[in-house]
Amino acid sequence: MKAYFDHVATNPLDPRVLEAMMPYFKEEFGNPQSVYDLGIRAREAVEKARQQVASLINAKPSEIIFTSSGAESNNFALRGIALARQNEGRHVIVSKVEHHSILNSARFLEKSGFTVTFLPVDKYGMVDPDTVKKSITKETTLISIIHASSEVGTIQPIKEIVKIAKEHNIIVHTDAVASTGNIPVDVKDLGVDLLSMAAHQFYGPKGAGALYVREGLRIVPLIYGGIQEGGRRAGTENVPAIVGMGMAAELAKKELPERIDHVKRLRDRLVKETMARVENIYFTGHPEERLPGHASFCVEFIEGEAMLLMLAARGIYGASGSACSSKALKASPILLSMGIPAQLAQGSVVFSLGKDNTEEEVDYFINEFPQIIKRLREISPYQKGWEEAGSPACKPE
Amino acid sequence: MSKLKFVENIKADLTADIVYMMCPMHLLKLQEMIKKVEPGQIIEIITDYDGALEDIPQWCEKTGHEFIGVEDDTDFFKFYIRRTK
Repeated sequence: MKAYFDHVATNPLDPRVLEAMMPYFKEEFGNPQSVYDLGIRAREAVEKARQQVASLINAKPSEIIFTSSGAESNNFALRGIALARQNEGRHVIVSKVEHHSILNSARFLEKSGFTVTFLPVDKYGMVDPDTVKKSITKETTLISIIHASSEVGTIQPIKEIVKIAKEHNIIVHTDAVASTGNIPVDVKDLGVDLLSMAAHQFYGPKGAGALYVREGLRIVPLIYGGIQEGGRRAGTENVPAIVGMGMAAELAKKELPERIDHVKRLRDRLVKETMARVENIYFTGHPEERLPGHASFCVEFIEGEAMLLMLAARGIYGASGSACSSKALKASPILLSMGIPAQLAQGSVVFSLGKDNTEEEVDYFINEFPQIIKRLREISPYQKGWEEAGSPACKPE
Repeated sequence: MSKLKFVENIKADLTADIVYMMCPMHLLKLQEMIKKVEPGQIIEIITDYDGALEDIPQWCEKTGHEFIGVEDDTDFFKFYIRRTK
């Protein structure tokens, strides 16, 4: 049996999305900037996708800029706004639990002479709006806080942060890559000025992202060139990917309530059964304010990577921390910033469910996972060492 | 090279802010906006693109619309054009 429980990494392409994309790989190959019929049809397809994506987040089509990825959208937002407003101030606020595309963009700004505040989070990985308020200076022009963390699932209090920011005329961006298409995302309700999205997080293709930029906002381009995307993002449009993103957005909007119910039901059972069957395991992230298909744990005495490999050998796919932390074999900075001790953070695992997962797959998981943990603990050098040192003092609160 | 005229405090009927948008958005925007106002009315284009200093007066000469002038507003240029026909 196979059980793909890594929807925060990526989602499979919906067959209906692939079908919508196919003509634009083949006969409808025109450049949207061309003046003849082939180009006009490609342009119309891109504009339809713009409407579909705008509709998913309650924006105007003219407020959507297509990009190549969530990471590009995040780079664009952070650099583009910081540079556009640098005459008003050179201070930017982000949280410590941002995606690397925000954290490393923020570090780039620091090297370029900006000041950046990296906000701490509580034990659930949540940003306290009060700390945002206290970090604001006369120089602050931009606040960027992730909407929902892919690592611990926690949904941030963006509306409250926006309220504080608006009192000080500060622009707010949110990285909604993990949330858009998975929970309701409404830019008017959130009040944000910019919002990043990626199609492959809601059953669209990889290579398609978008940035919502509120009407009237000035943003310095990241990619210079021609007049694509209203002169704000150059490069010949990736028409099939954009069409796919549009279709995926339309389907997500239509099917969102049932998708949420489905993944939440599966997730809740996965969490309940796992917690009941495994000792020395801790649930991470916020218990309620979290992505509906998202379950994250820290398992004592063993490494996340070892669990992942053994699970994969049995056809179960999960994640351990963020992809980069996993490859670099270091404890996730997000878990560490939540106050989880480094030893325990090493045992991080994330299971994220999707619309096509089944009850049977969850049954299979809850039968296999405890066995894997038992086997790994039998050969774990940590367990013995920690037992000898007395009760491991690494439990989270 | 067309003759540049500098002006101040012109009141426009329609404004487009295309700051940081790439060339030739200023010319595309001009074509789009001129159709949205009545003859006699004034459009304003705000841009950071210095190539517009040459392009916009030339566009006016070519199309027959009146180039009222440009205001140099520290960081950006504000162009004023009156629709003539």
